Amino acid sequence: MSNKVVEIRGLYKSFGDLDVLKGVDLDLFREENLVVLGRSGTGKSVLIKIMVGLLKQDKGQMEVLGQEVSNLTQKELNALRLKIGFSFQNSALYDSMTVRENMEFPLVRNIKNLTKKEITYKIEELLDAVGLPQTINQMPSELSGGQKKRIGVARTLILNPEIMLYDEPTAGLDPITCVEINNLINEVRERYKTTSIVITHDLACAKMTGDRMAVLLDGQFRAMGTFEEVFPHAEDRRIKSFYDYNFIES
Amino acid sequence: MAEEADDRKPFLSKKIDKFFTGLADAWNFVRRFWQEVFLPPYEFKEVIHQCYRIGVESLPLISLTGFIVGIVFTNQSRPSLSEFGATSWLPSLISIAVVRAMGPLVTALIAAGKVGSSIGAEIGSMKVTEQIDAMEVSATNPFKFLVVTRVLATTLMIPILVMYTDFVALIGSFLNVNANELVSLSTFFVQIFESISFLDIWSSVLKSLLFGFTIGIVGCYKGYHSSKGTEGVGRAANSAVVISMFLIFIEELLVLQVVNAIRGM
Repeated sequence: MSNKVVEIRGLYKSFGDLDVLKGVDLDLFREENLVVLGRSGTGKSVLIKIMVGLLKQDKGQMEVLGQEVSNLTQKELNALRLKIGFSFQNSALYDSMTVRENMEFPLVRNIKNLTKKEITYKIEELLDAVGLPQTINQMPSELSGGQKKRIGVARTLILNPEIMLYDEPTAGLDPITCVEINNLINEVRERYKTTSIVITHDLACAKMTGDRMAVLLDGQFRAMGTFEEVFPHAEDRRIKSFYDYNFIES
Repeated sequence: MAEEADDRKPFLSKKIDKFFTGLADAWNFVRRFWQEVFLPPYEFKEVIHQCYRIGVESLPLISLTGFIVGIVFTNQSRPSLSEFGATSWLPSLISIAVVRAMGPLVTALIAAGKVGSSIGAEIGSMKVTEQIDAMEVSATNPFKFLVVTRVLATTLMIPILVMYTDFVALIGSFLNVNANELVSLSTFFVQIFESISFLDIWSSVLKSLLFGFTIGIVGCYKGYHSSKGTEGVGRAANSAVVISMFLIFIEELLVLQVVNAIRGM
């Protein structure tokens, strides 16, 4: 792995008096699954939202696929966004649209000249990939939490992204569905050759999906490496307690 | 770019700051609408969809209200006119009242309640469940897709609804007048068209355009800036209605002054 996909240097972000990110440095390599761990409110989601231009950093460099995100024009930013799939914590499926319309939405807006047949083929292919072909005409309100997550992932995959960002993919799901979602994350990487960042505080999810862990504490990455390198023999008391709470409590 | 958390520090007191920053935000929102409305891509399909939702789905409520307003206003006006033996003036009185003021005002207030709250709640709920962010990261301009389309739809549909309300209210009035004064339909409508001028109709249409724009932009603004989960969505819907209604009355007052000035020329 030598190809850098994301390069972050000295990234700062604060909201009012609250400093969330305080000089974050990170490299992400092609086809790697990086898991960003940390307690709630440590700025994990803020980090990936800066990556897609939903938030703007106060200071520092955020280079994605060779482009500095904060310097891009709206048109350039949109072109970059097409290469990044963002799976939201609550799936963020459009309530007023069916599953088919949800998946059509990014496709018809960004890829012109597709026939109806091609669109349907693409949608069905992805619904098959996430194991939910039968939901195509259902409304999001008729789906379970796990199904929504899967459809959310399928919707982001429809534009063939190079990078996948998963924001708390297993939050609020039962343990069996969590394992299914973790498997899906791994399948997506293998099948579509994506590079991923998984934001979570679920160590089981981290262990299953991550090649590398990065622990965000006090606005900076305090530990980085494989699961075995970072846990369970961490010297930092906070990282150790994070591990203990996740595994001992469960 | 998605709206970031408000991290501005208070300059005066929190409340005064909030008022002025709110005004500035609202001004920027309206300005952004006028910038985006003329730029491609144009979301014609969504505008038509919203026109259908706002127009057609409001018809039952508007019809009932307009009809009742026509009957009630005629009934209430009759005793005063009959004291002077002037009940034959009922069609003129009703038509002037309905076309100049009651039609636009009643329709706009009903639309503010029904459409404004629905826009505020819908966009607010999309905001708190990150659906707007999802649209943005899929390289779609959510402002154009959600705000521009809805504001255009309300601006186009309210004048049509107002004309429809005027018609239904006059029909209600006719039924009442016909039952009591035995006036025929043709006589009733001849009297109506003799009483109202082009200025009345144009001012009514222009006023309705303004009301429609207000309902749409306030609903969208409140929804787009809602926060704090479901409580914020409720608040967005509620304040969309209250502010729209308040602005509609102010606009009515201002337009009335302008039209009266033109009439006096």
